[in-house]
Amino acid sequence: MKISREEMLRVAELAHLELSEAEIAKYEHQLDSILDYIAKLNAVDTSNVEPMAQVVSVDSSSASAGGNANPTFRDDVVIPCDISREVLDRAPDAAPPYFRVPKVIDR
Amino acid sequence: MSETLRNSASGDRWTIGSIREGLLAKRVSAREIAEQYFAAIAKENPKLNAYLALSPERAFAQADRIDALVTSGGALPALAGVPVAIKDVISTRGVMTTGGSRILENYVPPYDATAVARLESAGAVMLGKTNCDEFAMGSSNENSAYGPVHNPVALDRVPGGSSGGSAAAVAANLAVVALGTDTGGSIRQPGGFCGIPALMPTYGRVSRYGLTALASSLDRIGPFTNTVRDAAEVMNVIAGRDVNDATSSSASVPDYTEALGKSVKGLRIGIPREYFGPGMDPAVRHNIEAGIGTLEKLGCETVELNMPHTEYAIAVYYILLTAEASSNLARFDGVRYGPRETGDGTLTGMYRATRGHKFGDEVKRRIILGTYVLSAGYYDAYYRKAQQVRTLITRDFEEAFRKADLIVTPTSPAPAFKLGEKTNDPLAMYLADIYTVTGDLSGVTGISIPCGFTPEGLPVGLQIFGPHFGEARVLHLANAFEVATSSN
Repeated sequence: MKISREEMLRVAELAHLELSEAEIAKYEHQLDSILDYIAKLNAVDTSNVEPMAQVVSVDSSSASAGGNANPTFRDDVVIPCDISREVLDRAPDAAPPYFRVPKVIDR
Repeated sequence: MSETLRNSASGDRWTIGSIREGLLAKRVSAREIAEQYFAAIAKENPKLNAYLALSPERAFAQADRIDALVTSGGALPALAGVPVAIKDVISTRGVMTTGGSRILENYVPPYDATAVARLESAGAVMLGKTNCDEFAMGSSNENSAYGPVHNPVALDRVPGGSSGGSAAAVAANLAVVALGTDTGGSIRQPGGFCGIPALMPTYGRVSRYGLTALASSLDRIGPFTNTVRDAAEVMNVIAGRDVNDATSSSASVPDYTEALGKSVKGLRIGIPREYFGPGMDPAVRHNIEAGIGTLEKLGCETVELNMPHTEYAIAVYYILLTAEASSNLARFDGVRYGPRETGDGTLTGMYRATRGHKFGDEVKRRIILGTYVLSAGYYDAYYRKAQQVRTLITRDFEEAFRKADLIVTPTSPAPAFKLGEKTNDPLAMYLADIYTVTGDLSGVTGISIPCGFTPEGLPVGLQIFGPHFGEARVLHLANAFEVATSSN
């Protein structure tokens, strides 16, 4: 699998990453070798194999604990966290109660 | 405590138990212990670069609370006065948390991670934050924006990664306990490289709340310690359900120290042949085989296993990890925290410049790979395929744990390598995790414990995998092995 320069640029754009020419050349080369390595998965027969979406099942966690098989959901209630001031203090450009960013709509 | 398995240059070390005894007997105060550790850090850290930030104010306030408890004759909590270090991807209220990245330079979290809050509630004294690969991406700690960590056993070698600072801090006796995180081996591999016990709990066993997410379906928080018993005592404190982490398990938490010291006779130890293939350093092979011999002498029964999908684990891992990481790291955009670069003045230009200039090389490489494998047209070929093979790797473990109680392997194919040796070859670096990533993918628990040294004097790690929520069993065997090898 070869990744083209155009694909690299498209992916960098999707990921909001500014890359230098040197980085583009280096990553292109390195990603080719990583993708070549990853291609070994094509050798595995995965027909009728479910993709793994859940790491530890509720069953296995409750079975070993001998406990409640039902997952515990918290009540759907609003809990004030009262840290907005502290959070905004850490922003590079805050105008409480907002984060300020460059203008995106021209009038 | 024997030094044969450790690299201690400083003789006897504090353990959780000896600190408790010392405090109760009034032979030492928590403040004195904290002072000892800050003095040692001031002396040793310039050589090691294990700590990125120190929190003496918070440490001494906590130490004084513990000393007041001792004076008043109150009951001491489980980790009273124990100096701990926290990996820098774990949030600490009021104490700088950079994740090893320039994009969080000078960031001070407004809250504590649950694991940190639990340690402190149990009386632990937080000394500071430890260096790590940027956002935990790396196997050598060389991807930290704040310089590499040096292995205390051999300063020209890496401590392993990504939790290299945590491993080095405990190995160099600059902390009694350190928290690290394991996503592909980042607790166990540096534990092996630095010669100390290092435990990866089961997925969901320890809350991830307050951990800067790398790959949410893989990340775990776990301890580095000087003894297996200390690891068990830390787990007693940090394990358990947390309402702030929906993936944390409500399975009840046993007393992990209960089985320690009991016989391991009759335990079935699985030896998967795929973990002993070509490419393993001969000294590692020699030590691990000797370690298995020790387990047999203790009365364990060895069972040969096949785990046929092991060889696909690294490929699966680098698809899933980069996919999840590229999503998780989208939050670092110059809006809410960290520095901002204006770029061309537009919003997207600001994102692009901030991320392009402040993320390091490996982080950008993985974001690109992750974005690529998730992009239109490639999703089925990469992400879905990898999730399917992940199922097969997990089935290998389920099958193995039908035949064996625990699985024993080397932690890494080779001991600590030299600084700079693999930095230009990402794939070679990724392959350093070949025996550890399977455990992350399948959600099981695993520990690395010291298993002697190579002829060059580098520590070798022996890995013990247990089934989901099998920490007590893993710690039981690890402790028996530690005791048996210490008396030699």
